[in-house]
Formats: sequence, C-alpha cells, structure tokens
Amino acid sequence: MAVTHDDVRHVAELARLAVDAERLDGLVVELNEILGHMDELAKVNTADIEKHVAKPVDSTPLRSDSSGPLGLTRPRESFAPSMRDGLFIVPRLASHEDGGETTP
Amino acid sequence: MNTTDFTSLTATAIAARVGSGGISPSDAVKASFARATEVRAGSDSLNVILWSDEKLSVRDAESLAAGIAKAGKGGALAGVPVSVKDNIATLELPTTCASKILAGYVSPYEATAVMRLREAGAIVTAKTNMDEFAMGSSTENSAYGAARNPLDVTRVTGGSSGGSAAAVAAGITPIALGSETGGSVRQPASFCGVVGVKPTYGRVSRYGLVAFASSLDQIGAMARNVDDAALAMEIISGEDSKDSTSSANVVGSYRDQFVSQATSPAPLAGMRIGVPEEYFPENLDEGIRDLCLRSIDALKSLGAEIVDVKLPHTPLAIPVYYIIAPAEASSNLARFDGVRFGTRAARNGSLREMFAETRSEGFGPEVTRRILLGTYVLSAGYYDAYYKKAQAVRALIARDFQSVFGNGIHALFTPTTPSTAFPIGAVTDPYEMYLSDIFTVTANLAGVPAMSLPIGRVAGLPVGGQIIAGHFNEAMMFRVAYALEEALGPEAHQ
Amino acid sequence: MSAAEWEMVVGLEVHVQLRTRSKAFCGCSTDFGAAPNTNTCPICLALPGALPVLNEKAVELAARAAIALGCELHPVSIFARKNYFYPDLPKGYQISQFDQPLATGGSIDIVTADGAKKVGVTRVHMEEDAGKSLHDRFPGATAIDLNRAGVPLIEIVSEPDMRSSAEAGAYLRTLKQILQYLAVSDVSMEEGSLRVDANVSARPKGQTEFGTKTEVKNMNSFSGVERALDFEFARQCALLERGERVVQQTLLWDATRNEARVSRTKEGSHDYRYFPEPDLGPLVLHAEWLASIKAEVPELPADKKIRFAEEYGISADEIEQVTSDLSIASYYEGTARQSGEPKAAANWVMGEVQAALNATGSTPDDLRVRPTDLAQLIKMIRDGLVSHAAGKKIFAVMLEKGKPAPQVAMEEGLLQVGDDGALTVWLDEVIAEHPEEARRYFAGEKKLQGVLVGFVMKKSAGKADPKKLNQLLLARAGAG
Repeated sequence: MAVTHDDVRHVAELARLAVDAERLDGLVVELNEILGHMDELAKVNTADIEKHVAKPVDSTPLRSDSSGPLGLTRPRESFAPSMRDGLFIVPRLASHEDGGETTP
Repeated sequence: MNTTDFTSLTATAIAARVGSGGISPSDAVKASFARATEVRAGSDSLNVILWSDEKLSVRDAESLAAGIAKAGKGGALAGVPVSVKDNIATLELPTTCASKILAGYVSPYEATAVMRLREAGAIVTAKTNMDEFAMGSSTENSAYGAARNPLDVTRVTGGSSGGSAAAVAAGITPIALGSETGGSVRQPASFCGVVGVKPTYGRVSRYGLVAFASSLDQIGAMARNVDDAALAMEIISGEDSKDSTSSANVVGSYRDQFVSQATSPAPLAGMRIGVPEEYFPENLDEGIRDLCLRSIDALKSLGAEIVDVKLPHTPLAIPVYYIIAPAEASSNLARFDGVRFGTRAARNGSLREMFAETRSEGFGPEVTRRILLGTYVLSAGYYDAYYKKAQAVRALIARDFQSVFGNGIHALFTPTTPSTAFPIGAVTDPYEMYLSDIFTVTANLAGVPAMSLPIGRVAGLPVGGQIIAGHFNEAMMFRVAYALEEALGPEAHQ
Repeated sequence: MSAAEWEMVVGLEVHVQLRTRSKAFCGCSTDFGAAPNTNTCPICLALPGALPVLNEKAVELAARAAIALGCELHPVSIFARKNYFYPDLPKGYQISQFDQPLATGGSIDIVTADGAKKVGVTRVHMEEDAGKSLHDRFPGATAIDLNRAGVPLIEIVSEPDMRSSAEAGAYLRTLKQILQYLAVSDVSMEEGSLRVDANVSARPKGQTEFGTKTEVKNMNSFSGVERALDFEFARQCALLERGERVVQQTLLWDATRNEARVSRTKEGSHDYRYFPEPDLGPLVLHAEWLASIKAEVPELPADKKIRFAEEYGISADEIEQVTSDLSIASYYEGTARQSGEPKAAANWVMGEVQAALNATGSTPDDLRVRPTDLAQLIKMIRDGLVSHAAGKKIFAVMLEKGKPAPQVAMEEGLLQVGDDGALTVWLDEVIAEHPEEARRYFAGEKKLQGVLVGFVMKKSAGKADPKKLNQLLLARAGAG
C-alpha cells in the first residue's frame, strides 16, 4: 500500500493543508516509511476480537436539558481573529454553493 | 525564603508552612520566580517556561493569603507554585500548545484539573514548553524553540511534557502538570530524573486539555517524589460532569498507605510484581538494564515476589499508536481553522486559501506530518486496513494486560525508556523518534495507570523505572513506587 | 420510449430539529432570535480543550420519534465524527451517527389518489446542527453566527419506496403530522426546523434495478419538494430518452426560478472520514427506559382517525380535517365530548373555528373560545335557545371578548323566545294586522304559513323561535 504523490496531495486537500512541491517528496518518503511499519498489523489475526460481541457497557453520561451554559471569562472579540457586530468574519464564498464546500 | 530553601521543600512541606503561617503564599511564589531566573528557565537558556507573569502570580498569592486568613486554614496545596503544560487551559496565562497557530491565545475558560489544583490552594506560576500539540518525544518540536535538560543543557528534556519535567527537575516548582498520549509525562520524567504519573484513562478530567488523541490523552502530575505526585493526583482525579469519558470510580486516598507502610520491614510482602520480558530486549542499554535489576532486587528485599510475565503484543504498540493517535489528531486539529480563535494567515483571499494558509503557517512539520498521516488512514478505502485493524490490535494489547493483572499480578516493573536523554538534534528520523515511546505507549493503549520514578543514573543522566498497575488501581501503583523510592534512597539519583 | 414509460424512484432524507431547551452537547439555549453568537460557549465554539456531553432530552425525543415510526431501537448506538471543513462547522467535524445508528427499520403509511402504501424508514439517527453562514450581511465577507451550531437533530432516512412526487409529498405531510403529534419538533420548513434532501432516479417501468440517482437539496416547502422532484425527473427522462446517462451529482433547487441547478461541488471531493467519536461513550438504552419512553408516546394520527370514526361517527372527510393537527384534534375532541354533538362539533371546528384560526394565524390553543365554551354554544343551538345564525354572531363576540355564550346571547339580545305566552301575543297581533292572509291560511292555504311566521319573526326582531312558532300555527290550524 505505497503512498503516492497524488495520495499526499489528496489528503492535504482534505486536511486543508497547503503542501508545497519541495516538501511533497519528503512527505511521500516519510509517510511510506511510517506506514511501512504498520504493515505488520495486517499479519495479526484479529478475527477473534472483531467477532467478539461487546459486553454490556456503561452509557455515555447524559446531561439535564436545563443544565445551563458554561460561561466565558473573556469576550469572544478577545480571541476571534475577525469579528463584526458579534459575527465571526471570514472571506466571502464566491456563492453559497461554491467550491466543494457545500454543507452536506 | 532563599531559593535553596525553596528548592529543597516538597509541596506538602510548603503547604504545611503556608497553612501554619510560617511562610506566606507570596514568599513561595517569589522564591519560585527567583529560582526560574537563577536557572535561566526562559528562552535565554533552558527554555522550559513559555509564559509566566510574576505580578499576576503574586496577586493570586495575595488573594489566596486573604482566603487562608479568613478560613483559618489552607488547602492541601496552599501556596504551592505549580507549572502547567501549555496545552492545558488556564485563565490568565496563554495556552498556545507551543504552536504558532495559538500565538497569544488566552483561554476564556479553565481546565478542570487546574481548577482543582487552585481550589486546593496551588498557584499557577508558569506555562511550560512542550512539543507542539504534544506531538513529539523531545520538546524539540516547539514553535518557541527546543527545551534544554537542566541536568545537561546539550540534551533534550524528553517530551512532550519536557518543560514541566524540567521545571520540577530544576526546582522551579515542586509539582507540574503534564499530559500523556503515548508516554509524554513518563518519558520526560525519566529523562529529567523526576516522578511522572499517567493515571488510568478516565481518572482525570480532560476538560480543558487541548485534545491530541482523545481516546489516549490524560493529564498527569510530575513531582520530585512519589508522595507529592500522589498528592497532586488525588487532587486532580475524579469524575467531572464536563468530560463524558471521566470515570465515576471513587478515587480514595493514595497516600494513607504510605504512612503505615513506612514502618513495615517488608512493605510489599504478599505482592507479586511482574517483569515482562518484552520490555527487556537483548539490545537494551546495559546501564539501564543494570539499574532495573538493582530495582528488582530492591523490590524483592521489600518482600515482593518477582514473576516473569509475557505481554506478547507489545511489539505492535508503536504501529497501533501511530495509526490511532494521528487519526484522532487529524480530526481534533480541524478546529484550528482561523475562524473563531487563534491566528489567521495574512494571505486569505478566499475561504479555501484562508483555511490552508492559516493551517500550513500555523502548524509545524511534525504536526503537519501527523495530520496527513491521520487523514490518510481514515480516508475512504484505508479505514478498515489501518484504523479498524489498529483498534482490533489495540484490544489485543489491552487483553495482554488484563490477563496479567487477572492472574494475581499486582503491578509490573519495566524500564521507562530504552535510552537516557539524547543530545538535542540527534534524532532526526521520525520513526526513530517514535520508538522512544516503545515502553510507555502500551499503558496508554490499554488505558492502565503507569508511572516513572528515578532509579539511578547512567553516565550522569537519569534513568526511570516504570510501574504499571491494573485499571483504577493507582493506589497499588503508588504503594510499590513509594516503597521502591524509600528503598533506593539517594541511590535513585546516582 | 415516451416519458410515460419511465418511473420515478424517490428516497428522502429529512432533518428534524428536536425541541429541546439546550443544545445537543452543551447547555447553550436553542432559542431563535438571540443576538449573533450569544448562545455559544467553549463547547459549541469548539474552543481548544472543550468536550461534548449529551443532552438527555435530545435522546428522549429522538427515541420517541423512532418508536413512533415503528423503528427498532438499538440498545447500543455509537456517535461518529463526520469530518469536513466549513466555516460554520466549528469543530471541523459534525457529531453524528454512522454505522451504528439509534434506530433502524420503520415505516410510514401514506395515502395518495393512487391508494394507500407503506414507505420504509431505513434509519433514524441523532446528530448536531451547524451554524449559519450569512453571505449578504457584509460586502466581500461571509459572517458566521453559531447560535444554531450544536442544536440537536434527527435524520430520518426513507427507503427508495416512493414512485411519484405526490407520494413524496404525502410521505412528508404524514411524517410532519406524526412528529407534530409527538411534540418532538416544531417541524417548520420555513423556520428550518425540518429540512428535506431528495434522492431521485428514473428507470423504465417494469425494471427492478434502480437508475443512477441525483440528490436535490435546498427546497423550502413540501410543494417545493414536489416541484423539484418533477423537474429533476423530467430532466433525467429527457437525458435517458436521448440515450445519454444521468450523472450522479447534487442539485440545488431554486424556488424562484422553479429549476434545479447543478451544485459546483465536485463529486468524490467529500470523504468524511467517519470514525467513532472518542469524546463520547456508546449510547446505551436500557429496556426499562425504553419502555417508559414507549409509554409516553401519544396516540398517533392513524390510530386517532380510527378511534374518531368509531367514537364520533363522523365522515372520513371530516376526520381528516379535524385531525390535521394535534391541537385541532384535541380542540375537536373536547368540543365533541362536552357538547355530546360530535357532528355539529365537526362542522363548527371545520367552519368557524378554522376560519378564525386562518384569519388570525393563531393556534387552537390560543383561541379565547375554549372547547368548553364552544360546546356550551352548540348545546344552546341544539336546545333552541339561540338560532344557528345567532350562534355564529355569538361565536364572533366570544372570540373577541372572551365571554361565555349565555352572557353574549343575553347582552346581544340574541336569545330566542320559545315561550308560548310571548309567541301567542305576537301571533295574535299578526293575525289581527293581516286578516286576509290569516283567513286564507286557516282556510287551508298552507303555503301561507311561512308568510305568517315571517311576520312574527319581523315583529320579534328575529328572536322568536321559528320551530315553536310553526308548531303553534299548525296547532291552531288543526283546531280551526
């Protein structure tokens, strides 16, 4: 399962990381080296674990609907990179259906 | 109080003196700052402290003193200065995870563990250097430069909680908080010659700990001795309604047993301590092996029975860890997008550019590498082969521990690390660096408590011994550690 | 092949906002209309180090909905992270459920002109909403309001069982009615508490394999969904007619232009990298808890219709109208029971009551005329105390002033006079004043009865009880 340049470009795109050309070669090598070590996992028989029916587990704890909000000790403006009229400001999307960034 | 006095005092001793009015909280805080200056803890030399503000801490100390005067008594950590790793949210000092992407960020809320320490009277005096977002084993991957080991400034502190370990080792604060994902408290504790604890997963609230790998992360304490470490852990442990993965399991007192144990000639009588062969490979550093054998002899002389045990899936721990941790990290670090907090790249013409430039400028190379790795192993077509498989093998690793602890073994003894602190810049290959977690990462994967304590030195550099216990059996782990520490005495630092 | 030989295949994904006070994973208020970002905290702002804790009420409402849709609720379900970047998605992932959802395998019975059918419900799962991106607020910038981020949702996914836009419409209306009866959501498409995405494909009639589907989003009404489906189906048929292929893609419905446009989203660019949410344990539902939620599920529309037919004997049409929504049904039932006149109650509810609701845009619960009050009025009409015409006037005054029917009838002078003495006096006067008509009537010209009654009604200013009056006249004619 060798990692290709296209793979790294694809995951960089998914992860919203700009990887420049000179860094790309190095990353391909590094990821292949790291993932090469992972191949030993493929040899381990885990059929037993995967079949294993989970024993009764504790549920994630539930919170009362009226528990009330956790406060902020400083205003949102103090940590937001850009805010106007209480709104977080980001560069405008070309149109609301643009660029592969449509909300599903 | 002069700095020598201060440096020699344990947290319990400081709290006792503050409580009885012998010294004031401000005295303790000022002594801590004086010590930091003396050892040059800032970026001019050791580079173990990223953020501190003496005025602020003195003010906190004064308001604490007023509270103590009013109540007529102080808490268990009254007036004790503590260092906090820079990925744990504090209210006044910045919380940057040693990353450019959080430069200048001050959290508008506080981590539960920090709140509990402060409620016990502790005063946060420093935020400590670390590997960016806790990704690393040397505290070299910091946007603010590598930290230096106070015992040898040419060497690393270990990591990722290197700044916290070094702050304790240098006598700046008697207690520090670190965080663990794969050994990030125990490994630097070992490199710096201090005690470092990773509790059972779920024992300490993660609320306010900036997530690296949520299913592995735990906050842990570092201290100069087992007693202080146990005290700090008692205080920060316990259920928190703000962390769904925190356990309702009752904490109890870890330290009560130390007292009765101290007078016993064979405090570990009846205890069976396992020594897993996988942690003593043939190529283990001879110096470390010898010190481990000396500790094992000490454990025997304390009355414990030493049993050879097997944890056969240990060699798979690093591959499993380097799938699961980056996978979770790739998702946990998605929130650093320049929208709501933190820094934003100047180049942000389009939204896409804003995201990509902010993240590429903000994250260092190791963080970038792990996000890419994690994204890859979760992406379509690879999930089953990597992530799902790694989770299954993780279950096998956990089962190794269950079978050992389920078969009459009370605790395990191993070396903490395969080497002592290495020179800064010596390890450049990522995978070689990952291997320095080889003895610690299993406890994170299995969720069991583990700690490192000094067991001696090789060529002047500290070596840590690791004690691992069963789930929520911190009391057992501390009992063994305390007895061993007592038995080794000054040898632990020789 | 002509268009008539193609068959539409539709599956729907419906997102429903649950009616909780606080968000799914934090205590922030879900109220609409707060100033931007004021209903946010470390958790829904996704500040570093914040962690989710699940809202009990959201689980309860989700379970109630799933039970009512006939689903099997799984004792263990798992939250998963759906990873994608969008400025109004604070964590960079949405907490949702993926391969182990809350519930699976239910169905909804729908009725269209073509008859009744069952539409399968594949799954019901819990998730959280994103925030809002405002593109028109500031020039050159998008503004983000996270008040809605983290509001609890359920997603209800249907099987591809619908074969026409009318069936899709019926499915949505029936689903909305069920959810409204359950009080789990405000179910308003206009306010965004119910959102619909449609998967549609075309295939030759008689073929069992499905064609390539497209997804249509962005509809803001049920009729919009129907129009969007018809539009997209026609487009697909035209493609297939020409021997071209349908491309799997997402389209956005433009209601003002009545057309669907291809979204510029690259297919395949979404790789959500789902994995179990490590910040939350599994959601474990115990049998006793489920039983208590089941016990709380109110009577559903279908059952209520059967019962109304049995108990009140009103027509199928009337039943449809008086059960259209839960509050109307309760209003009707209260009126029918207390008046003992289910038929008259239905007429009133469908007529005057509905008109009042339409005119004011209010709900039955807001009406000043309560079912008890209306029942009293209906009984007064039945007992001849007021005429039907006067009853309508009385109802109007009751609505406006909130007074009970007898008081209004009295104050407005609308009580009928049914007392023999008064009627006899008026009748005698009329006979005296109109001797010719009276003579002819008593001589056997029966059609003049109405004329004489009319004179009395006029003299009494409409208060005389016409029924009694007729009886009185007939009695005299018989005697004479």
